Amino acid sequence: MSNPEQTNPVIIETDRSTSLVRIQNLSKTFPVASGFFRKGNSFIHAVDDISFEVGEGEILGLIGESGCGKTTTGKLLVKLETPTSGQVFLKNTHVEVKLPKQKAGVAKATSAKTKAISLVTSDGFADIAHLRGRSLKLFRRNVQMIFQDPYESLNPRMTIYDICAEPLSVQSIGSLMEREARVAELMDLVGLTPPETFLFRYPHELSGGQRQRVAIARAMILNPSFIVADEPTSMLDVSIRTGVMNLMLELREKFKISYLYITHDLAVARYMCDRIAVMYLGKIVEMGQTEDIIQNPQHPYTRALISAVPIPDPSVRRQPMELKGGVTKPINPKPRCRFYERCPMATQRCATSDHPPLEDKGSGHSVACYEV
Amino acid sequence: MALLEVKDLSMHYWTRKGEVKAVDEVGFSLEKGESLGLVGESGCGKTSMALTLLKLLPENAKILKGHIFFYKEFQPQTANALLGEMVNLVPQKANGRASTLGRLTRIEGEKLLVQPARNGATKAPSPVSFSFSEIAQVGLDLVPLREERMQRVRWKGISMIFQAAMNSWNPVYRVGDQILEAMQTHLPKTSVQQSKKRIAELFQMVGLDPRMMERYPHEYSGGMKQRAVIAMALSCDPELIIADEPTTALDVIVQDKILREMRQIQKQLHMSMIYISHDIAVIAEVSEKIGVMYGGKLVELADTQTIFERPAHPYTKALMSSFPNLKGEKKKLEALPGEPPDLISPPTGCRFHPRCPYATEVCKEKDPVLEVRQPGQVAACWNPLH
Ligand SMILES: Nc1ncnc2c1ncn2[C@@H]1O[C@H](COP(=O)(O)OP(=O)(O)OP(=O)(O)O)[C@@H](O)[C@H]1O
Ligand SMILES: Nc1ncnc2c1ncn2[C@@H]1O[C@H](COP(=O)(O)OP(=O)(O)OP(=O)(O)O)[C@@H](O)[C@H]1O
Ligand code: SF4
Ligand code: SF4
Ligand SMILES: [Mg+2]
Ligand SMILES: [Mg+2]
Repeated sequence: MSNPEQTNPVIIETDRSTSLVRIQNLSKTFPVASGFFRKGNSFIHAVDDISFEVGEGEILGLIGESGCGKTTTGKLLVKLETPTSGQVFLKNTHVEVKLPKQKAGVAKATSAKTKAISLVTSDGFADIAHLRGRSLKLFRRNVQMIFQDPYESLNPRMTIYDICAEPLSVQSIGSLMEREARVAELMDLVGLTPPETFLFRYPHELSGGQRQRVAIARAMILNPSFIVADEPTSMLDVSIRTGVMNLMLELREKFKISYLYITHDLAVARYMCDRIAVMYLGKIVEMGQTEDIIQNPQHPYTRALISAVPIPDPSVRRQPMELKGGVTKPINPKPRCRFYERCPMATQRCATSDHPPLEDKGSGHSVACYEV
Repeated sequence: MALLEVKDLSMHYWTRKGEVKAVDEVGFSLEKGESLGLVGESGCGKTSMALTLLKLLPENAKILKGHIFFYKEFQPQTANALLGEMVNLVPQKANGRASTLGRLTRIEGEKLLVQPARNGATKAPSPVSFSFSEIAQVGLDLVPLREERMQRVRWKGISMIFQAAMNSWNPVYRVGDQILEAMQTHLPKTSVQQSKKRIAELFQMVGLDPRMMERYPHEYSGGMKQRAVIAMALSCDPELIIADEPTTALDVIVQDKILREMRQIQKQLHMSMIYISHDIAVIAEVSEKIGVMYGGKLVELADTQTIFERPAHPYTKALMSSFPNLKGEKKKLEALPGEPPDLISPPTGCRFHPRCPYATEVCKEKDPVLEVRQPGQVAACWNPLH
């Protein structure tokens, strides 16, 4: 789509099947500044060749320690970051293709069609990298991100009403009255009732839990089909947190929304997610049904992670698994298993081979490890 | 043997909007070698409680009433140091006399004279005399203690790991030197050589390479900084460490390792600990007893097992059932309705009543006090669960 000349937008509507989002070999690197004047040729491999799908109405959990690439993955999915390589496909996306000017009038239609179709996979997914203009606007309507910090993510100078209604005005949807009604409806939905008592307040006049509800209302107002929720409850108090988690589960039930649910808290992931993907230094090392991962973790990193979670039950004794060292940054990683330095199970093969591929070990449980 | 006894302690902050009742009539006691966990939601007064115990309060804060007794076994040679202070004298068990609270006014030969507090009476009560051999323990009341004296209690008696302390290392000094400076201030009699040797030992104990003493904070990872904070808290051999969210900012694997190490060090040195956290799972793993705070009040206190299996206070039960668990059956979590109380104008009566499913009329009017529910369990509730 590098040709800037354009006419004839072609819009293709795709049909529905079970998965909604599909990412393929997605990578994102950031240059590392080294010294003052040198640009440096070091890169952080924040997200390193990962692939997964999120089903319609599914909650996929993305877990892992600080710096493993969770937020970067989330931002790539909502187009807040551009991938270094790889693709993000979204179902039911209107792909607007900008075509080069054609000389002969007859050839126009067929050529346009071929060009357009090449951007949509045979089963109807469109690569979000190619969204422009109206199709991008539609994408922004369809896909939302909720951030960790409800204190930073809401504009402090806007009232709650304006914050929630803003997406509607950006998208020029509805009359003023319709917008007001829609905002009130959403406030009700997220439990900020009666809406009148909240609409004209400012974010600082709300508690953390209330602010996060506002962020959810804002994200929901355009009826999105996919939400990236980046640690949406980690700043909230226990008693409030449960309410927000239950709200997100209810919204999924009601509207069949899909979530990528980012968290470092495994107990929260267990409660919220249908499936879990475990990330370590930019790689997905294990993925599967939530209970499978929690009860029967296979990758040595997942096993260490799960064994380290404190259990709020004094009668349960854990057997923590010892790991060497701590999390590092994936700067120009060596071409071998990312977990090698800390792995208690590493063998000669791990030392000399590439990072192991994520392989399905049956019933949708995939592991990236030579020793499993 | 008790090490710390807190009685009827209240501390409020003065702000433009009004008086924040952050610690309100709190009482508990802690044995030597015991670990107590304080849990509760953000803003319920956990950090305020810790700062009050150490009397490290900001200018707008005031202790309104109550006692913090820091107990030591009675030793005649140290009696002089207590002269003029408010103390709680605990007689030998066999002896049958009641403990006496008052100012230590005089030492006569083998006797201590204590002037009991007036407690509203018009006439001052007459002084009480104890012979040295009668006294088991002396509890120094930290509440009226002057700042110069208090400084001798901090670090050596009670030290603290502050919330987010790992970010408070001064970036331009070596970590070892910063600990050394603290030790020189509080233990002026120890030589630099000895102190350095001690720091190296402590580094080893908390799992740091002693060579890291020569390194600057930016060369440490988060977990390493927190380990160094723990080494610093241990540096003056305290009898009690108060650890406020010691691992909250850390990743779960590092958190787990550090908590296990702290637990081991505590047992090895027979130290007492007060762990503060909003995370009940963390508290459950490191504490023998758990105190639950709500809106500036201690609402329940019991041993860990009892708190989990037979909580008496509705808030404790709600808190337990709002945590997702990694083990056991997955069940729907119950959210508490409403919001945590505003401590400037807290609800009347029981502060939990607007959110409590068991609330009755009396709860709105009268403030419940801590009562024994079963041996080792106290709760403040008009309609306890058992
Ligand atoms: N804009 C950026 N420029 C340079 N490096 C970045 C940038 N954003 C992220 N990184 C680096 O990429 C890696 C992954 O970061 P990311 O924020 O995705 O991690 P995370 O898993 O969300 O961590 P956390 O749990 O702490 O939020 C980290 O090493 C981070 O320092
Ligand atoms: N210096 C201060 N001046 C005025 N009010 C304060 C001050 N410090 C704390 N408070 C208030 O006192 C109450 C108790 O705060 P505290 O920091 O003790 O809570 P906490 O239980 O430690 O919470 P967290 O889990 O968030 O650390 C809160 O309402 C808080 O806003
Ligand atoms: S591939 Fe080797 S180094 Fe990597 S996790 Fe498996 S055993 Fe460990
Ligand atoms: S005193 Fe009343 S309101 Fe308070 S916890 Fe007990 S039952 Fe609930
Ligand atoms: Mg993040
Ligand atoms: Mg605190």
